[in-house]
Amino acid sequence: MNRIAIVGASAGGLSTAEALRRTGYQGTITLVGDEPEMPYDRPPLSKQLLAGQWTPSRLALRSEADIEALGLDLRLGVPATALDLARRVVTLADDTPVPYDTLIIATGVRARRLPGTDGVAGVHTLRSLPDALTLKDRLVPGRHLVIVGAGFVGAEVAATARGLGVRVTLLESGPVPLALAVGEEAGRFLTSLHQQHGVDIRTGATVTGIARTAAGAVSGIQLADGALVPADDVLVAIGSTPNTEWLSGSGLAGRDGVSCDEYCAVADGVYAVGDVARWYNPLFGAEMRVEHRTNAAEQALAVARNLVAPQARRPFAPVPYFWSDQYGTRIQAYGCLRDHDEAVVIEADPNGRTFLVAYRKDDRLVGVLATGKTPKTLRPWRARITARAPWTAALNHPTAA
Amino acid sequence: MKVSVAAEKCVAAGQCVLLAPQVFDQREEDGVVVLLDEAPGPELHDAVRESAMVCPASAIHVTQ
Repeated sequence: MNRIAIVGASAGGLSTAEALRRTGYQGTITLVGDEPEMPYDRPPLSKQLLAGQWTPSRLALRSEADIEALGLDLRLGVPATALDLARRVVTLADDTPVPYDTLIIATGVRARRLPGTDGVAGVHTLRSLPDALTLKDRLVPGRHLVIVGAGFVGAEVAATARGLGVRVTLLESGPVPLALAVGEEAGRFLTSLHQQHGVDIRTGATVTGIARTAAGAVSGIQLADGALVPADDVLVAIGSTPNTEWLSGSGLAGRDGVSCDEYCAVADGVYAVGDVARWYNPLFGAEMRVEHRTNAAEQALAVARNLVAPQARRPFAPVPYFWSDQYGTRIQAYGCLRDHDEAVVIEADPNGRTFLVAYRKDDRLVGVLATGKTPKTLRPWRARITARAPWTAALNHPTAA
Repeated sequence: MKVSVAAEKCVAAGQCVLLAPQVFDQREEDGVVVLLDEAPGPELHDAVRESAMVCPASAIHVTQ
């Protein structure tokens, strides 16, 4: 195992390279990234970068000196286009072959687009630094931003845009914003937070097309009920698609990401980390694909350790964690909130400053989402999720609120 | 080992406190990192390096 190729140079890929060096691997590491920039962090794109509080240089995941010290064969600005599993060779867009002994797939996801809007001026997605810089230039007081999709990207951009004095309309096809990710209870709490800050939220809104100016730029969003929502700019935030096209000839591209076992192994000598990896998490007894920043780094570390010490390999069984900042409120969540059977509001103060919801799947506590709660309050909840605590016991716990 | 933290970058995920509670804590009011020991002993080095590696805000800096 003297040549490791890591395809994808964002948080998951770079963390894997770093973890391999820290755990003593001294062979060749080729790190391939489709973006030309040095590896940067994405969570601030919708927050500090968009708000103008941070400059792009602040987004660097590691200093150039730290990356230099890793001794990588760094190939930035050139995507991988094909994988030959039998010969163990990745081909890059410039036809360069990258032979490997071990391959790490860390190609992440990209923003989904609205059909028929590619290249239309004023229609944006938000995934990369150039995306964020383009959108930032458009967020000027008094302009009207229409956001299609009330997930976390849409909600965070809504909050940032309101802070910049932009008028914001948030369109959600379901009955409750964010409900897919966090359930209706937390979704309603967050909806009211946005409404208090002047966001016009329209639920049950199905987009059928866009209206355009004579010059071809976007001028509005057409809804199925006949309404036309005027827009100076449109942000399409309708989820993401795993970047697996380059794997199509290899048979490794799954229906939704790259399928892995509990060790994040995809095939002999192939592993996956980060947003693109759909792995079996034995703690929850379920396959999951997690697009959280913390998961990329933790999964990278787990894969690196298993590679360097295969005799002592351990399943990757984390409690997922994410945070979101909206209007100065930090939302934090532990566990698996999607596909829960029940969500119970444990605490909600009427002024909206503190909020805590617990999530049940079968007879277990599987997740918690909170805002305005102290670390001392949240840590026992996380511990109960880690311990797979029975639901009734978890809720009746003396520290449950 | 010398440890430093950038409190203004911290996103209060608390991963470091789970990994190395002898070295890191969080402020009660907002969860921002508090450095308890800027020169931890060798037995804590692995946990501190892991904390720096998984910190989602790259807010922990370790120099040897």
